[in-house]
Amino acid sequence: MMSARPIDDMPTARAAKPFLELRGICKSFGEGPSRSEVLSDIDLSVAEGEFLAIVGFSGSGKSTLINLIAGLERPDAGTIELDGKPITGPGPDRGVVFQSYALLPWLSVLGNVQLAVDAVFKDESAEERRIRARRYVEMVGLGAAHWKYPRELSGGMRQRVSVARGLAMDPKILLLDEPLSALDALTRGTLQTEIEQIWAADRKTVVLITNDVDEAILLADRIVPLRPGPRASLGPSFEVPLERPRDRTAVNDDPHFKKIRNEITHYLTAVMGESASANSKRRFVKPDVKPRDLRLRGLPSAR
Amino acid sequence: MESDTPSFSTAKARAISALESLGLEIFVPAVRLVTGEDPKVQLQDLTRSIGVPVVSIAVFLLLWSTLAASVETSIGSVPGPAAVWTEAKGLVVEHQAERQKEVEFYQRMEVLKEKWAAKGKAWKERRYSGRPTYFDQIWTSLQTVFVGFLVASLIAVPIGILCGLSRTMNAAFSPLIQVFKPVSPLAWLPIVMILVSALYTPENPFFEKSFITSALTVSLCSLWPTLVNTSLGVASVDQDHLNVARVLKLPWTTRVFKIVVPSALPLIFTGLRLSLGVGWMVLIAAEMLAQNPGLGKFVWDMFQNGSSQTLAQIMVAVFTIGLIGFMLDRLMVVLQRAVSFDGAAAA
Repeated sequence: MMSARPIDDMPTARAAKPFLELRGICKSFGEGPSRSEVLSDIDLSVAEGEFLAIVGFSGSGKSTLINLIAGLERPDAGTIELDGKPITGPGPDRGVVFQSYALLPWLSVLGNVQLAVDAVFKDESAEERRIRARRYVEMVGLGAAHWKYPRELSGGMRQRVSVARGLAMDPKILLLDEPLSALDALTRGTLQTEIEQIWAADRKTVVLITNDVDEAILLADRIVPLRPGPRASLGPSFEVPLERPRDRTAVNDDPHFKKIRNEITHYLTAVMGESASANSKRRFVKPDVKPRDLRLRGLPSAR
Repeated sequence: MESDTPSFSTAKARAISALESLGLEIFVPAVRLVTGEDPKVQLQDLTRSIGVPVVSIAVFLLLWSTLAASVETSIGSVPGPAAVWTEAKGLVVEHQAERQKEVEFYQRMEVLKEKWAAKGKAWKERRYSGRPTYFDQIWTSLQTVFVGFLVASLIAVPIGILCGLSRTMNAAFSPLIQVFKPVSPLAWLPIVMILVSALYTPENPFFEKSFITSALTVSLCSLWPTLVNTSLGVASVDQDHLNVARVLKLPWTTRVFKIVVPSALPLIFTGLRLSLGVGWMVLIAAEMLAQNPGLGKFVWDMFQNGSSQTLAQIMVAVFTIGLIGFMLDRLMVVLQRAVSFDGAAAA
């Protein structure tokens, strides 16, 4: 059954033993009257080895949510636990793949991955660390380009380096913050397939943030929509019981795929409508400006 | 088109990127023209990048030579370009003559040494003590500015990094920087002179006192641009890069040397470039007053001379100072390109 259910009464085992757990998370930015609550009362459980996608429109607070899990920002209220331990700050047990890639432009492909490996595997010998870094660079298909600098790479290749860096930390959980949103459709498709393959290889726990419903269905075990902010909260979760590996082209005709897509899209448009009508109740004072003719005298009209 | 073979176009691309990284991009259209790439556009570029400057220089020389002759001073009329050129050649000849004398001096000494040895007398080495030529003065000036600039950089870069990293440090240094930055070298010089006289008293000084004085004056005036730009560069490191460091839990030193400093390098070099320019400008004034051998002293000596050649010789010095300053600036541009990661060519 593919009906939407609140997370709380999920009957599965993963609800009983969550690997990553967020409880009552609230986050606001700004002070005084300009203070706005971005996330409100977020509850989320992710099981070990699960691939979870959080789908939402731009500006709904998706990146804030991932920054909170990464520990780069602190919640105003609520707790986040990973593997039973509360998260108090950033750390290499949560590998982050940033939307903007965040590669260091003065380091080569290998250098960027090596920096992460050197920081995390301090006890290994230099030789072991070099081999480790090489392995992840090759895993994302950049073995032949390992000496190149980020500026010499296409967007897709840059994001591959970022994924390799995230994986090379050997994190407990991998956080992907809209990793493919800046790429063209073709590169996006290729990288989606690659991410699925890499994930299938070692079944790491992944939280993917995306604004692309198709991408979420293609990659995730479970999808949770983020209701648009301000005061964004999580919607009900949708299971994705499609067989893996999922073929991008075949999946388009799959009735399950279509059904999930319809449900999620309907849900998102419905909550978007709600939020829009809620926002429209606010009154805006429009500026009292009358249009003037800005044509310069003596010059021929641009019309 | 034979010019489209791969090896040829790689060689061409290499030549162009080499010119760009050397700061000689005004010659790029020439390379493109020679290789037959879009001649019309390249000729236009070439006219703009080389033709126009040539014309403007020619106009300048013409105005100078016509106007100069009409101004009479107490030591004769103002020299035109031709007189200055003659004087420049004269300085080269003088330099060569002086070198010749030096060589001859040492030859004579060799002969004497052998004679003395034959007589069984003890020989004492003597050094040639001719007066420094124009080129010796240039060399001294370059050494002075280099030492001063080096000292300034060694002080300014670390303090700039600290100021960029910590707001407390920035608050501590900011008032001092604001007050000392606009001080003229002429005000620093007497203080430096007195302090150097008091503190620098070695048995066999490796550096002359006057050399130390002018070098330190250069440092005092040229450390500010580097300091300010370094702290700005460090303070404006990309938040994403800092987040990477936080996720990796990089220790402080790694964070500073692997993330912060590389990211600030382009701005640090912008500061160093400005500093070297300031240093070179200050140096002339410092040398003039400190009586340190160098271009500044040369200008001063010529001024005191008051001969008919004075003006022409000072003008030679003006052009020398300008050209060397220009070359130092180009040098810094090349270095800046070599370290900037988002620039054109990887040098």
